[in-house]
Amino acid sequence: MNARTIRALQCSAALVAAGLTLAACGSGGDSSSRQSQNASFTGRGPISYVAGKDSSGVVQKVIDRWNKLHPKEKVTFIQLPTDADSQRQQMIQNAETKSDAYTVLSLDVVWTSEFAAHQWIDKLPEKQFPLDKMLKPVVETAKYRTGLYAVPAASDGGVLYYRTDLLKKAGITAPPTTWAEMTSDCAKVRKLPVAKGMSCYAGQFQKYEGLTVNFSEAVNSAGGVVTDANGKPDVDTPAAKKGLDFLVGSVKDGTIPKEALTYQEEDGRQAFQSSKLIFLRNWPYVYSLAQKSAVAGKFAVAPLPGLNGSGSSSLGGHNLALSSFAKNKATALDFMKFYSSEESASTFLKDASLAPPYADLYDDAALVKQYPYLPVLKTSILNAVPRPRVVQYGDVSSAIQQQAYAALTGTKTSAQALKDLQSALQKSTAQ
Amino acid sequence: MADIKIPPEPSTDEPHLATGRRSPVSGRRSAAPATEGSGRMAALLVSPTLLVLTIVVLYPTLVALDDSLYGTKGLDPKTGFISDTEPFVGLKNYADIFGAAGDRFWNAFWNTTFFTVVTVGLETVIGVAMALIMHKAFSGRAMIRASILIPWAVPTAISGLLWRWIFNSNGVANALIGHQILWTTEGFHSKVAVIVAEVWKTAPFIGLLVLAGLQVISKEVYEAARLDGASATLQFWHITLPLVKPALLVAMLFRCMDALRMFDLPYILIGAQKNSVETLSMLAQNEASNVRFGPASAYSVLLFLYVFLVALAFVRLLGADLVGDDGKAKPARKRRKTTFSRRTEVTA
Repeated sequence: MNARTIRALQCSAALVAAGLTLAACGSGGDSSSRQSQNASFTGRGPISYVAGKDSSGVVQKVIDRWNKLHPKEKVTFIQLPTDADSQRQQMIQNAETKSDAYTVLSLDVVWTSEFAAHQWIDKLPEKQFPLDKMLKPVVETAKYRTGLYAVPAASDGGVLYYRTDLLKKAGITAPPTTWAEMTSDCAKVRKLPVAKGMSCYAGQFQKYEGLTVNFSEAVNSAGGVVTDANGKPDVDTPAAKKGLDFLVGSVKDGTIPKEALTYQEEDGRQAFQSSKLIFLRNWPYVYSLAQKSAVAGKFAVAPLPGLNGSGSSSLGGHNLALSSFAKNKATALDFMKFYSSEESASTFLKDASLAPPYADLYDDAALVKQYPYLPVLKTSILNAVPRPRVVQYGDVSSAIQQQAYAALTGTKTSAQALKDLQSALQKSTAQ
Repeated sequence: MADIKIPPEPSTDEPHLATGRRSPVSGRRSAAPATEGSGRMAALLVSPTLLVLTIVVLYPTLVALDDSLYGTKGLDPKTGFISDTEPFVGLKNYADIFGAAGDRFWNAFWNTTFFTVVTVGLETVIGVAMALIMHKAFSGRAMIRASILIPWAVPTAISGLLWRWIFNSNGVANALIGHQILWTTEGFHSKVAVIVAEVWKTAPFIGLLVLAGLQVISKEVYEAARLDGASATLQFWHITLPLVKPALLVAMLFRCMDALRMFDLPYILIGAQKNSVETLSMLAQNEASNVRFGPASAYSVLLFLYVFLVALAFVRLLGADLVGDDGKAKPARKRRKTTFSRRTEVTA
């Protein structure tokens, strides 16, 4: 027993020594090849990857692949809670205490500006990532001002789920591309005896982040903006009003059922699966779940409708960023390249149906066979507009929720809500 | 939590002794005055607790006070970076609640007060009723006791989730009333939802403490009352309630302090940033999560003061006996009337 312990100790000591020498060699060799402006990316050794809970197990699988290739630069997966707010909170706590516990962070796309402005994450060397192969709106979410502060790892866009069987019965051949078409299609479908008691359309209208997404989509789909290209709020416009009016009017005339004001993603999915809805705006994750439900084979996806033609989705997804307070940044940079590579992205798509940032994966015949919604999702993401990219995103989002919700529930007119929203946004972006 | 200390039964003739009699414990203590040595020993024994309290209570409180004097970090428009240091703003964070930005604070303040008054009121009534039921001797009493206590054993976060299902647009609550109310939307109904869930969860707590109070009321009092022909209602108002009052007041005090810092239930059941149910704790948390630690600390300090004042009012005005040394606080005259109350000393 004792002899074994001693032998084990000797072994591990030797390993550690070997590891140190190798690591030293590695970093020496690498830093010479690095451009001088990125001199801060030095140091090799174990790092951590921090992301929300991974229920599919694919993250560990990809990390294991890296660890096998780089036994001296092991990556530990630190899992945070599922809920995005608590992930953000823990990452901020880590940054506020300047801790080196977190190395590579998986940031929600809307956090990039905030983390970059606080200098919690490092500016990345743009040329070292294959950004030109990625979808352009997705890359935009990783930028703050002119610099690249994160690398897209996974994307997401909203799509319109619709009941093919009901549309066919009502004699409609193609899914609607505008709101007006959707409403008239609805009217036709609801005349069918099978569709008795069904509601027309729902998205995520509960007062939470989902409402910010749906409001932004409505405004963008009508040709308006929430914040302009420079991040200045410009929401009190006729175009934005048309977008909000669509939502408000639909709630009023029952196109959107009243109870949709309590819907988050899952509530909407349940309603769609139990044949309460003809049209549903949701994320691609619903597809495989709905395939296993009562509406399997009876639905399809289409790009979101808009005011005059196709609408624009908001962008979801996650980007990789490098914590400013981390050690072993050379390893971290390599790991980020590995994790955001096309090969990893295709694993994430195959195993966990995460939308890849790479354009050509959407046209891959084998993948399209597995996920028939990919071409639609590509259109959705290409037409997508990122949610406001501002430092005080939390305040902006809660101001949007406040005013959009007031308009939807009828406590404010849409004109008043937009006017109040404009002044609230001006206040929070002026800080 | 409170441990309920029931002093040993005094011998039967003791209550009729001289008027100025002290409780057995304090009497013994005054008979043997503390020497300097034992005082030092006591200080030594207490010091670990004091040290821990300093670290986990005093230090954070002082830091929060200090933080509340600083503003929000500014954004440098040229570089696009947030500055490293927070500007010192003095009492501005406190003054702001009287300005235009104070609407949200006062809304949260009234919500907190409203929830506290209504939930503690309802819980007291229901809790006392539960205690009376649990106190009765009947077959299956253990079952009833256990089932009444279950809601209290459920963690608040879990009960928030349970009630969210019940108050879902297609949930049990709407099925029962046969009318669709969207409970989780803004409006008075969301307040009702929170109150129902909160009362369901914490009425058993009051029930438990009152039950402990009931169990030490001697049967003879009721027998005497029955002989005198007092009805059950009269017995309740004139015997049970006055004798159980000390325990009840302590229970209510704890509930008030708990309800004032209510956070998890409205947060989970209705959601964050809903004006109808936003409490002071939720407001402070929201500010902190938006990296505005100054205002967040100011709100927390104000909540701390509010809780402190309520507790003080309870102790001073209603005479809630928290520490159990009423022998010193109350005049001897009064003590004779409350012979029985002394038996249920509840230590915090």
